[in-house]
Amino acid sequence: MGKLVRRLTRANEFYVFLVIVALSIVIQARSGQFFTVNNLVDLANAMVVPGLFAVGAYMVIVSGGIDVSFPALASLAVYATTRFLVDNHYQGGLWLPLLMVVVLGAILGAFNGLFTSRLTVPTLIITLGTANVFSGVMQGALRSVQIPNIPRSMADFGTSTLFVATNPTSGLTSNMPTSFLLLVAVLAVAFFVMRFTMFGRGIYAIGGDESAAARAGFKVRWIKFWLYVIVGIIASLAGLVRTSMMGQMHPTNLLGMELMVIAAVVLGGTAITGGTGSLTGVMLGTLLIVVVDNSMILVGIPTFWQQFSLGLLIIVGTGISALQVARSGNGLRAVLR
Amino acid sequence: MWANLTESKSWRAVTRDTHIARLVTILLSLVLIFAVVKTEAFLNLRTWQSMAIQFPEFGLMALGVMLTMITGGIDLSVVGIANMTSIGAAVVMLSIAPRGADAATATMAIALAIGSALVAGTAAGALNGFLVATIKIPAILATLGTFELFTGIAILITGGKPKSGLPPLYGQTFAGKILGIIPVPVVVFVVAAVLIAILMNKTAFGTKIYMLGTNAKSAKFSGLNTTSLLVRTYMISGLYASLAGLVMLANYNSAKADYGSTYTLLAVLIVVLGGVNPNGGTGRLLGVVLAIGILQILSSELNMFPNISNFYRPLIWGGVLLAVITANHLSGRRSSHHIAKGKGPRQ
Repeated sequence: MGKLVRRLTRANEFYVFLVIVALSIVIQARSGQFFTVNNLVDLANAMVVPGLFAVGAYMVIVSGGIDVSFPALASLAVYATTRFLVDNHYQGGLWLPLLMVVVLGAILGAFNGLFTSRLTVPTLIITLGTANVFSGVMQGALRSVQIPNIPRSMADFGTSTLFVATNPTSGLTSNMPTSFLLLVAVLAVAFFVMRFTMFGRGIYAIGGDESAAARAGFKVRWIKFWLYVIVGIIASLAGLVRTSMMGQMHPTNLLGMELMVIAAVVLGGTAITGGTGSLTGVMLGTLLIVVVDNSMILVGIPTFWQQFSLGLLIIVGTGISALQVARSGNGLRAVLR
Repeated sequence: MWANLTESKSWRAVTRDTHIARLVTILLSLVLIFAVVKTEAFLNLRTWQSMAIQFPEFGLMALGVMLTMITGGIDLSVVGIANMTSIGAAVVMLSIAPRGADAATATMAIALAIGSALVAGTAAGALNGFLVATIKIPAILATLGTFELFTGIAILITGGKPKSGLPPLYGQTFAGKILGIIPVPVVVFVVAAVLIAILMNKTAFGTKIYMLGTNAKSAKFSGLNTTSLLVRTYMISGLYASLAGLVMLANYNSAKADYGSTYTLLAVLIVVLGGVNPNGGTGRLLGVVLAIGILQILSSELNMFPNISNFYRPLIWGGVLLAVITANHLSGRRSSHHIAKGKGPRQ
């Protein structure tokens, strides 16, 4: 028991969890609406898209990089798919949009991977470039506009629910979307890959020390390339979910989301310098951001505060993480290295 | 951090002559294309004047980003600082000299507004420097966070709406033309660039930031006060960003929280195109100034083809950025090959 407590209090996740609990008690006290069935289901619903993105961003940050291109990547992959299917009056099942989105996501991810695996330039600068290429292709070459009618199968997927939660007092209902299962599935696969495969351990090794990883026998370039392909696939799945749930394709809807997602990953205790981080932390970080985002309305804070509070969250979150890195004997290691 | 000595040596070799020569060639050929394709516009003074009004906006930001990148960091908050401070300046002007105020009040209001904007910009830069140097948050994340923070403050002040109705005197002086020919923004830019040149080449500060960017650890062990150096670098970046904000305020005659959203990419692109090593330690002001010229001419040439939609711009800027870093990588690898042979992969 004592061992468990010690392990808990040393884990970053535990403190994020405490913050979430404290925050929800405050929100509950102010609004009386937080611990209602439908608010909790709403939170789960709001977590699906940022949660999927966060899994991808987490993998990149663990590898010591940073990716700001995934919202543009997802928008382009899903826009191209939706445009093609709508123009061809596609009436079939969900398998084709899903397949197209995954393939496009993989190709665009490979485009990222081509640069990130071969250049010594910081990945931020690379993905800043590719993000603009992606959104430029979508808005310029494909002349993206809002597509009001997405294929039936996609819309059906977006509105399908696992169960409906009804608030007994107010009568408000909230839907638990089927796509929540997709988040669970992606989490499970990512957990397995990061924990139990050489590829996943390689990502951690590269983030810890790239030269050491190469000398230990990891194929650094190969791992980096496929890492970005996988992240492309996960991001495009998130894009598909968002479009399906909205019931329409809004090309610029996702753009600008990268900061919120990176903030979530870093708040969850993933070291910004790479090499450490857990999916539990990532999900807690995402939950924290979603709670803050959703509850501003409940508590009655004007939405003008949203961007300010997000910036503050990023600075405080990364600041705590940076101070921890400095405290954990990095000074000594820096001398030895 | 990433740059080791072999790499920076090769970078210096590239930037000393080849890179500058390459940039000059690109610039001249773009000017030549301009002269041939649109001779009429090329010979018109107004074309050049409108360019000289435009480029200081992102050029000033690029100068700040350049300094931070030489130290091995980056400043992604420049657009946020520019918008926040220009909104602050607009608020100061409007509160002291509302519509219809007399000339003396307006002059005082403008002077106060400019002063407070520059102070606010420097303070914002100091916050960046504090986060990067003292808290040791990687510059990318720290300045992305403060970008959100500053933009958030700008939204809080304005409620997301544009601030306009400034005293006409402000636009007349800041966006006006000296002797009716030379636009004021370009004069501001030239003075700012000369100050940076002096700072980089004639002061100890300049030498120290190169050393810090080449190897932060050895700089620290050589007794440099790296914290204070970094804070001062980000303060200059913030100051220049607020200057860019004042130019934008004059050019648009209004301020809004989301103006200049493409300038972050443009500033980074300029600095990398100008030959500054994104890992720090090397880069020359001349290269960056040439890169500013190249991008302004390229941008004006894109304007000449109305059938190329504005949405292609991100595609072109992003594509140029990727092409430049790839080319730098290839030429850097060629010239450093014999030195770096037998070493493990660099990060």
